[in-house]
Amino acid sequence: MTVMVPYRSSVAPARPPGFPSLLLAEWTKLRTVRGFLIALLLTVLLPVGFTLLGRSECSFGSDGQSFACPSAPVGPDGEAVDDNLYFVHQSLPANGSITAEVTGLTGKYNQPSGNRVRVGQAFPSASGTQPWSKAGIMIKASTKQGSAYAAMLVTGSNGTRMQWDYTGDTAGLRGNVSASSPRWLRLVRSGSTVTGYDSRNGSTWTEVGRYQVHGLPASGTVQVGLFAASPSHTTVTNSIGSSVGSQGPALATGAFAAVTASGTAGAGPWTGTEIGSGIGPVPPGAPTPGGPGSIFDGSWQQAGPAAFTVSGSGEVGPDVPGAPDSIGASVQVALSGMFVALIVVIVLGALFVAAEYRRGMIRVTLAAAPSRWRVLAAKSAVLAAASFVAGLIAVGITLPLGLHLLRAGGNPIDPISALTEARMAVGTALLLAVAAVLALAIGAMTRRSMLAIVTVIVFIFIPYILVNVANLLPGATTHWLLRLLPIAAFSIQQPYPAYHQVLAPYTASNGYYPLAPWAGLGVLVLWAAVALVAAGWLLRRRDA
Amino acid sequence: MSALAPAAASAATSAIEGPRGRAGRMLAALHAEWTKFRTLPGTFWLLAATAVLTCALGGAVSAAFRCTPGYCSPADTGADPAKVALSGLYLGQVLAACVGVLVVGGEYGTGMIRVTLAALPRRLQVLAAKSCVVAGAAGAAALAGVAGSLAAGRLLLPGNGLSAANGYVVLSLGNGTDLRAFSCAALYLVLIALMGTGLTAAVRNSGAAIGITLGLLFLFPIVASVVPDHTLARHLNQLSPMTAGSYALATVGVHGLPLAPWQGIGVVALWAAGALVLGGLVLRLRDA
Repeated sequence: MTVMVPYRSSVAPARPPGFPSLLLAEWTKLRTVRGFLIALLLTVLLPVGFTLLGRSECSFGSDGQSFACPSAPVGPDGEAVDDNLYFVHQSLPANGSITAEVTGLTGKYNQPSGNRVRVGQAFPSASGTQPWSKAGIMIKASTKQGSAYAAMLVTGSNGTRMQWDYTGDTAGLRGNVSASSPRWLRLVRSGSTVTGYDSRNGSTWTEVGRYQVHGLPASGTVQVGLFAASPSHTTVTNSIGSSVGSQGPALATGAFAAVTASGTAGAGPWTGTEIGSGIGPVPPGAPTPGGPGSIFDGSWQQAGPAAFTVSGSGEVGPDVPGAPDSIGASVQVALSGMFVALIVVIVLGALFVAAEYRRGMIRVTLAAAPSRWRVLAAKSAVLAAASFVAGLIAVGITLPLGLHLLRAGGNPIDPISALTEARMAVGTALLLAVAAVLALAIGAMTRRSMLAIVTVIVFIFIPYILVNVANLLPGATTHWLLRLLPIAAFSIQQPYPAYHQVLAPYTASNGYYPLAPWAGLGVLVLWAAVALVAAGWLLRRRDA
Repeated sequence: MSALAPAAASAATSAIEGPRGRAGRMLAALHAEWTKFRTLPGTFWLLAATAVLTCALGGAVSAAFRCTPGYCSPADTGADPAKVALSGLYLGQVLAACVGVLVVGGEYGTGMIRVTLAALPRRLQVLAAKSCVVAGAAGAAALAGVAGSLAAGRLLLPGNGLSAANGYVVLSLGNGTDLRAFSCAALYLVLIALMGTGLTAAVRNSGAAIGITLGLLFLFPIVASVVPDHTLARHLNQLSPMTAGSYALATVGVHGLPLAPWQGIGVVALWAAGALVLGGLVLRLRDA
């Protein structure tokens, strides 16, 4: 009698492959399909080609003469600034202070009609101050543009402020200044530290702020005095993507009384300097020889031993590309070539999964690795890593190359810090990676490459065009689209911060976004995550 | 009986060989393409979506349009009522391009193209027949979408500041410039669909083809909007199918545009023709 022994294979039962083997499998698929490799190559080559083609020169002039475009001066912290004001000053050799009573702030401005500005057209001038018209007292390292300063000032409709080094701004007393409601201002210098005070009556003083002013020498002569400046009249209309409706130059005039400076003994008489026009000190009462008879030239009058009026035009603050007073251009231009890379990785992401459905390859993939979630995770990880690396190479070439070409072409690009440049570069590469994963997730849901590509491109590019190029939507709608939709992620490319003390069209086309850079990228990550979860759920539920 | 035989034989032969004559063959090709087109389940929905989404987005932008009180005059806003109403074209063109891409790409995806070319060996005739079917179907959807956009704009825009009282012309086909804008809009959708058809015949993959088509549509205006060099930006805008097409929709400030309306639609037509020639060449020269 023989015992029947059932057959047992001597091969150990196959365990499902581990995650590293899945990654290897997906990576092998990616690198061995010619179309995928071409896509990765195009991700790098197309933006570089665009950057080389899109080189542009900046110059202006007429009658065969051309001039280089001026660039904005650089402030003490390395950022581009506007520094145009009228400054009536004395030397302050060591520590000291200045106190003044501001009894009035008036202004006038040009109001061009509509947005059709013709060169040489004369506009009627109107009276009134701008919201950020400024007059007050200032301690400034020198009369050179871009030198460090601290100031106490009254504004057109933003109350009393302490401002320093172009970007610093602290609120003091509220309300507008007038003869019946004057403001007393005081600045005290102690080395490179400046303390600002304000008062309604000249006897009760409140400290507004005490700041270490970068670039103000700890010992040595600085300039102390009175100043006036006014940013251009700007109407930010809401109808067409909150673009600037109209703008025109403006002048602010401050009336000062009881001006006393300590520590300036023997420093000589007051001198008036138009900072920003390259014109040296002028005697009191004389108009500066700036524009030909322009009513917006700065000037000063001394009405008594301690009473002055000072008029000045221009902006003192950070240079905001897109603002009416800005002459700088935005770094963001150098990244425009990356849009083509975005389209390429979206196509790659959708094809990476949809091609498996078209060829029936997905059944082999799922037979080899039955855990569908892990297959999807491995696919996403490989795709994200490949897109990220290709994107980083592309942006690593395009951003420095684009900036170099733009600067070589005379474009006044406002500088950014190395940290910001790194954030823009790495962030853009991450944006590509996450967008590719979004396309992959949609591709896994629809199983058709074309449907997935169209969905993702439409979802990203049509809002972008509506917001930035077509300029058809009102500002509030635009802001919500830029917060909720995947285009929020473009905020990772915002090169310069927005400043509440500069009135400007802070639109996406000028490089400003309603969300913070990483928060904006987070919105896209959220979209991709939701799509991936939905794709995984569908992949598990449906037959392949 | 013997008298009948040749006629029967000739009828049998013609049934096998198909219709004779250039026009007859073209009609047969058109009939075949139309049958394939109308019997696919997705095409009707795609055409319906082209029409519906074109007027839905146009209506949404018309409804969202606002102008700051006091700054509503044509000089202040620079707004073009026809262009606002036709904003739906941004979306409509994508779906029209899909129609054009699917007609060729679908056959390559399933291998059907080999059957088609076996039945109709004249390859350029196949492409011509496909183009006619695409143009007819996309044209019908485009007319519906554009008419809907016109109605939505006419209803909504006067309430949002673009009214006759503020100095705007209320949208109407009785008005020459509006008639031009809206007929160019429909023509634009047809041409974009044909561009998709041509490019798909050239690259033979729906995914890659739609990526290239949408890239050509969207990249030019985005790059032109950020390039600081105005001369370069102007040339990019003249070259771009989407921007050149948008010049054809202008009813306000037409003389200040980089291209006149008919030149604008001409540029789009050149893109479509170029794509079809490229597609025809590839179809003729490569194995399917």
